[in-house]
Amino acid sequence: MSTADERLDELEAQSIYIFREAFARMKRMALLWSLGKDSNVMIWLARKAFLGHVPFPVMHVDTGKKFREMYQFRDHYAVEWGLDLRVEPCPPLETIDPTLPPATRSAARKTEGLKLALEKFGFDAVVAGIRRDEEATRAKERVFSPRGLEGDWNVREQPPEFWDHFNATLPAGAHLRVHPILHWTELDIWAYTRREGIPVIPLYFSQGGKRYRSLGDQDITFPVASDAATIDEILAELATTKVPERSGRAMDHEAEDSFERLRVAGYL
Amino acid sequence: MSVISATNLATLPVAAADRHLVRIVIVGHVDHGKSTLIGRLLHETGGITPQKLDQLKAISARRGMPFEWSFLLDSLQAERDQGITIDTSQIRFQTPSRDIILIDAPGHAEFLRNMITGAAQADAALLLIDAAEGVRDQTRRHGYLLHLLGVKQVTVVVNKMDRVDFAEPVFRAIENEIAAYLAGLGVRASAVIPISAREGDSVSARGARTPWYEGPTVLEALDGFEPARAPGDLPLRLPVQAVYKFDDRRIIAGRIETGELEVGEEIVFQPSGKTAVVKTIETWPAPPAGREVRALEAGAPAAITLDREIFVERGEIVAKPSARPHAARRIRVRLFWLADEKLEVGTQLIARLATSEARATVAAVHQVVDPGHLSTFEATGIGRNQVGEVELALSRPIAADPHGVNPRTGRVALEIGGRIAGGGLVVSVLDGEGTKPVVSRNITPVTSAVTDSERIARFRHDGAVVWFTGLSGSGKSTLARALERRLFARDGLVTLLDGDTLRAGLNSDLGFSDADRAENNRRLAEVANLLKGLGHIVLVAAVSPSAAARGRVREIVGERFFEVHVSAPLAVCEARDPKGLYAKARAGEIRGFTGIDAPYEVPVAPELVIETDKLDTPAGVDRVEERLVQAGVFHLTPRAEDDAGL
Repeated sequence: MSTADERLDELEAQSIYIFREAFARMKRMALLWSLGKDSNVMIWLARKAFLGHVPFPVMHVDTGKKFREMYQFRDHYAVEWGLDLRVEPCPPLETIDPTLPPATRSAARKTEGLKLALEKFGFDAVVAGIRRDEEATRAKERVFSPRGLEGDWNVREQPPEFWDHFNATLPAGAHLRVHPILHWTELDIWAYTRREGIPVIPLYFSQGGKRYRSLGDQDITFPVASDAATIDEILAELATTKVPERSGRAMDHEAEDSFERLRVAGYL
Repeated sequence: MSVISATNLATLPVAAADRHLVRIVIVGHVDHGKSTLIGRLLHETGGITPQKLDQLKAISARRGMPFEWSFLLDSLQAERDQGITIDTSQIRFQTPSRDIILIDAPGHAEFLRNMITGAAQADAALLLIDAAEGVRDQTRRHGYLLHLLGVKQVTVVVNKMDRVDFAEPVFRAIENEIAAYLAGLGVRASAVIPISAREGDSVSARGARTPWYEGPTVLEALDGFEPARAPGDLPLRLPVQAVYKFDDRRIIAGRIETGELEVGEEIVFQPSGKTAVVKTIETWPAPPAGREVRALEAGAPAAITLDREIFVERGEIVAKPSARPHAARRIRVRLFWLADEKLEVGTQLIARLATSEARATVAAVHQVVDPGHLSTFEATGIGRNQVGEVELALSRPIAADPHGVNPRTGRVALEIGGRIAGGGLVVSVLDGEGTKPVVSRNITPVTSAVTDSERIARFRHDGAVVWFTGLSGSGKSTLARALERRLFARDGLVTLLDGDTLRAGLNSDLGFSDADRAENNRRLAEVANLLKGLGHIVLVAAVSPSAAARGRVREIVGERFFEVHVSAPLAVCEARDPKGLYAKARAGEIRGFTGIDAPYEVPVAPELVIETDKLDTPAGVDRVEERLVQAGVFHLTPRAEDDAGL
């Protein structure tokens, strides 16, 4: 076995361990499916952890502004993979903090949609596909990350996490974010997607010299210049690029602290 | 903003597919220059994106500050404001043969929990010392924690050599002091390197101003670190994470911490001591016929089926019968402690070892270590950010190894008030070799002066436990009370133990968390068993929703245990709602209420099922009584020996 395969095996083993710990310790868990490459890998890992089953609901907090290809993908694979899919709408823009910059404000709808969905179903844990290498504040995350009653994240008071012992005790009304692929990189995601043959939304592949590296709402997500039309070509591109993965996500760049403000308020 | 993206692989001597990933934590006293070294390393390995550099320069300019390499890491606003790293960040870059994840752990004492979180993930460590300040308390404390956390590969970097004019004697004095300190902990520094991170000496290129130094540069030292592998050469340890029954398979799931496992092997579960043979190793997607997985190595996720149905649960450790872990009731632990509450004799904790958890009480504080000087002293407690050795008494046996025997199953995390607040190495397992809970040596159970046969002669029955389980409102107490009246009327020795009644007194210290519910059940079972031994027919009415907990009750009580599932549809129970609890649960006033937002696990093979929506109470009592008769609990004629005795 090659070193690269061993690395993927180690990443996979760690994620499976996290999934099983979360499922064993939490009462009502749901997985957040953003339909992107990361959450598709996450669903695959859940099926590995639970031997072909996803024994908890899969929730799509829908802004209503995703790409057509994303909705098609969702509806097709929810059936094929036997998922207990819950689609939950986000509240309209008018209800969101108007002091936020425009794209950030738009993205914050998802935070509010998530809060409403958590209340509706009483989930005590949500599994989210964030990664440390995506963005600087995500690098600070724990694998099990307790959130306050408002879904807020207190980055200064996080309890320690070591030897795969996770903090799962919550005050009433609070919830836990579980991050099974926190330790993966964008390159790992693609290498694993290729090895396992995980389905991919075609928007990630180059058309007319552009492709999406990260998928979000249509109006605040932009493609990057790229000729990569296959996973192999994406892997080759990522090995040399110096452009950050989220460069096409408008809300990250409006203000120095816009993404951090989103996350402290409960954004993923 | 991504943290750091990959460098150009084509210029590197080792191909991507053959590169090892190594996680390295960088620790040391605050202000000794960690962030500057990391910034410099990133720059010299080509790992900084142009956007990132531009962004940081722009921020510096906006704030009217000169650009510093350390700005790279201070990516959270809070950090920039305070000028210290408050949490663990991870930075990726490449050396000639390694992909490196550099974990930047905060040096400030206040953030020790974050240093520990960072260091515990690391394969190796860089310990940074300011040449002008020398070895400080925090340097030693971090060194000590590396030892406790099990980080074996350590390189020491003596930074800011420019501040001491690159003077060899200054460096040698620090080198000797730190090497001796680490050696005292059993840690060997692979190198001690004199550098200037700010000016770039000996980071990637050999420093011209330290001609007397012949060791590796920082980059060379990083390139020499190896990934820490799951130990395959130790005996098998597979902690059980869960037992799954999603389909017709009953799957034991976990991860192999050490050793190897093969289909067809005999295994033992500790602490229960149950044995079985591995029937299959399950994987998904299903492999083609003939390509099934037959063996697993250390580090691999495991999902196995067994050749027989045995009751095992999360927390047990699978081993081979010839080399099994201890079933520990008392352990001595060398630990670090991070909570404000002092750790003292009597402090109540939750101890977590692999996937097991047990209540733990500090039985003794043996020593407190001042890691600043590596001296030990007698003290009554271990304060915040101190280390020391304590003895923990556990509420139930858990499988454990001494750390020297198996590092993965010889360490515990300690939780207080629902938060992980400490952790440590199992120095020794003090008693409890066998599978039975071990009672303290000073306790000798006193046997009763009255014999079983004398009791049977008087009461005409054996001791027994009838355990009524079911939803709230299903009619458990009603049935139990009617049965109590019936048995009393026939001169039986009958005792009703009601879950709620016991909660009012004996179990008033317990809440409704999973752990507390389990403890509540254990106490009910122990009390019931005690009374059974004294000839009582004990009637227990308790929701007891967990199949696993009921399984433990069955084990504690042993023979003449009757599990009676008092069953009625949820809607019926909710309509009855004798205590008004369903209404409260629906209104959200009670959380975790069985049947509403917590599951009731229906008994698979109870001795009896009474459907209270179909049978009235007297008929239900008849059924239970018949079952007891059938099992021979009642002795209708006195035994001959009893006559002789009178």
